[in-house]
Amino acid sequence: MTTNRYDAIIIGGGHNGLITAAYLARAGRKVVVLERRELVGGAAVSEQIFPGFTFSVFSYVVSLLRPEIIRELDLPRHGLHILPLESTVTPMFNGDYLAGWGDHDQSRRELYRHSPKDADAYDEYGLLMQHMAQAVRPILAMLPPDPTSMSPRDLMGMLKFGKHMRSLGAQKFNALHKLMTMSSADYLDEWFETDVLKATKSASGIIGTFLGPRSPGTAYVLLHHYMGEIDGVFRAWGFAKGGTGGVSEAIAGAARRFGAEVRCNAGVAKVLHSGNRATGVVLENGDELRADTVVSSLDPRRTFMGLVEPKDLPNDFADAIARYKFRGSSAKVNLALSELPRFTCMDGKDDGLRATALRGAFSISPSMDYVERAYDDAKYGEFSRRPYMDIVIPSMIDPGMAPPGKHVMSIFVQYAPYRLNGGWTDARREALGDAVIDALAQFAPNIKSAILHRQVITPLDIERVTGLTEGNIFQGELALHQLFFFRPAPAYARYSSPIQGLWQCGSGTHPGGGIMGASGRLAALEILRQG
Amino acid sequence: MLRETPFHARTGPLNVGHAWRRWAGYVVASAYELHHEREYHAIRNSAALLDISPLYKYVVAGKDAARLLNRVVTRDVAAMRVGQVAYTPWCDSHGKVIDDGTVARLDDTRFRLTAADPTYRWLHENAVGMQVAIEDASDSTAALALQGPLSRIVLEKLCERELASLKYFHLVQASVRDTPVTISRTGYTGDLGYELWVDAARALPVWDALIDVGTAYSITPAGMLALDLARVEAGLMLADVDYVSAHKAPIESQKSSPFELNLGWAVKMEKEFFVGRAALAAEKARGPEWRFTGITVDWDALESLYAAVGLPPRLPGAAWRVSVPLYSGAEQVGYATSGCWSPLLKRYIALAHLKGTHGNLGTQLEMEVTVEHHRKRALARVTELPFFNPERKRA
Repeated sequence: MTTNRYDAIIIGGGHNGLITAAYLARAGRKVVVLERRELVGGAAVSEQIFPGFTFSVFSYVVSLLRPEIIRELDLPRHGLHILPLESTVTPMFNGDYLAGWGDHDQSRRELYRHSPKDADAYDEYGLLMQHMAQAVRPILAMLPPDPTSMSPRDLMGMLKFGKHMRSLGAQKFNALHKLMTMSSADYLDEWFETDVLKATKSASGIIGTFLGPRSPGTAYVLLHHYMGEIDGVFRAWGFAKGGTGGVSEAIAGAARRFGAEVRCNAGVAKVLHSGNRATGVVLENGDELRADTVVSSLDPRRTFMGLVEPKDLPNDFADAIARYKFRGSSAKVNLALSELPRFTCMDGKDDGLRATALRGAFSISPSMDYVERAYDDAKYGEFSRRPYMDIVIPSMIDPGMAPPGKHVMSIFVQYAPYRLNGGWTDARREALGDAVIDALAQFAPNIKSAILHRQVITPLDIERVTGLTEGNIFQGELALHQLFFFRPAPAYARYSSPIQGLWQCGSGTHPGGGIMGASGRLAALEILRQG
Repeated sequence: MLRETPFHARTGPLNVGHAWRRWAGYVVASAYELHHEREYHAIRNSAALLDISPLYKYVVAGKDAARLLNRVVTRDVAAMRVGQVAYTPWCDSHGKVIDDGTVARLDDTRFRLTAADPTYRWLHENAVGMQVAIEDASDSTAALALQGPLSRIVLEKLCERELASLKYFHLVQASVRDTPVTISRTGYTGDLGYELWVDAARALPVWDALIDVGTAYSITPAGMLALDLARVEAGLMLADVDYVSAHKAPIESQKSSPFELNLGWAVKMEKEFFVGRAALAAEKARGPEWRFTGITVDWDALESLYAAVGLPPRLPGAAWRVSVPLYSGAEQVGYATSGCWSPLLKRYIALAHLKGTHGNLGTQLEMEVTVEHHRKRALARVTELPFFNPERKRA
């Protein structure tokens, strides 16, 4: 039995928890990561649900993993390899398709086929969005100041924030304001006329939210796509070798190399505190571990309404956490396939183009109405009869994901509300799976006969397995009222909590969302700064 | 006219971007796709297939074959067992590097030497009085490199034999669907990989068989742009780019000794005479004037130079091959000769020549970078080579 005294205890072995652990261990702290499941990764795990086929069970692409984390933790040495995911093809109901390819000229020519005007507008739009992304990106790396505090540090922080906003100039500031407030449908209408283009673009703005493309506030999420774009050749988004579990394994490897202990099958029951000071944790098996620094990578509700008693927290904070919105809206269908899907929209195209398409994403977003109707179902408590889907075939990018000649398919599905009318049951789960396959079969009819195994994951399943409250993939919606100095609650956006020594490092803190890792890193740096 | 390689009937139609480059009088693909990114990732993720036929190749055979090669190159050829391959430089009588390549011992009295430049005459000049036949096999031998973590399994399926026992820098005779091939566990990527040597007249069936078997493993034809990124990550130098051959240098200061190219390990002083030995012994005693190392440009420094003009950092997607000054304070203490943004490591890396102790690991330098038409300097540090060194390379 090793000693149970540590400098820091990290609750939860998701990517952010592991990143915080790695940074603290790198600084010489004695660190332990406690993971409830038998494997690390949280929502970034790769598992062989069906023999020989590896699924990225939940999170399936690496959106914005910060390059500085890759460098500072030397993740490639531990097996991290992010592979490009280059294209998106949207099949249309008329049998045609719209594609965005990896090559600019090729994409332009493709869009020109649909609308010569849009083809011209696309470059201008891209430049503006790059400017916007450039304007927002520094904020992601900024420690959120408390706008109501008069402490010198917060005042300096607000000054820095204000200066940054001023530096944008009027034109960019106005564009940013539009992006922050408009719906993605309205925003895209200002630029383009091709419906399928707008539908596909807007779909990226609704991922993980309980909003439709015509809901205000969704335009902001369009920006996230361009954050990767401005990185250009430095981009850190794509598909992780070995699935998203490959990212978690690499970070865990780095954390261990720096001396951190990573314990699986070690669920935490309670955070121990004496008065207002954290003193350690008690595990589900009754073991107690001691540390003056306890860092939770769980979402705010599980941390502050599960691991501590709300009565031990100030009322306004406890209220803010109770009101923090989750509302999981996404499901996942993972397939083991005996052969590749044949998208009828690609029939007759040359083999090279079809292979390229199959290495990229397929977006089931044939029209703006299609996506908005998918939302209509969810608004009234049903899963979408015809859902929006983001589909990738990871085995086309990393052949190690499936036996030679066989494939795995990852289908991200929206909408599937956590609060389903009548509740989720096994039968309702399979009905969702059927709806997804039926919707896909409209565009790739051979899919039904190609399925060797089907795994359907509802928001309730996401919550049960990963612990993410209400199955929200971002640990709380990425809505303006839950971002920056409001994430997760006013005055506690800098990773601290009302209990001294109890910290937060999950996606429920700034900047949150996706396999970005910025929350975990910023939390660690803040903890180290405090000594 | 430039020549086409024995694989051109296959590589030609694949080259959708019509991007070709010259190599030793042949044309080879720069990239097959419109962008080389996926070809690069195949080297690190699955299996990349590269046409390396333009390499100069010489078969040295006869009673004195080992003696001749031992006289020419700096490694100890006499100590090589049959089936062994050795990477080695060779020098002029002043101990300056002429070229680098591999020596493969095919049997007791038969060797294959690969070279970046024509070497026929140099071999003959050193063979005076020896019983040895030197054959220029450059055109008659086609060569493919199959590089990447899945290269072994693809070749095992293809040759219907295990290859795990074929150790790093060793070779074996095999057949691919009745075509005899020599398979060597060698490459220029710093990854798990093999090179296949085959009679040029029988080259195409080997390519076809590789594609046939490899498709299920995402085998990907890759061009020189992808290879260039991989070789910089692997810290492998390129003649004419990272150093100038002693036979081509118009001025003395352009020449380098093996010690100055970080190849001291390949100079076997204990063997008897070889060309350049005396000069190299003297240099070894006094220490080399220059060092060949890796450098890593500090990202924050680079980003802030670009931020100052309101831009995100901009770097070329391909490796560069120009001389770039390196400074310590006001003094120029060296120059980088190749560099790239490593897509895998997310680092801006380069191969560099540095004077004396400036080449010590961790030393801080500044590299010249051009930001929006203006020359600036970005912080850089001396880094160990290779930048990327996966266990699978040797395992």
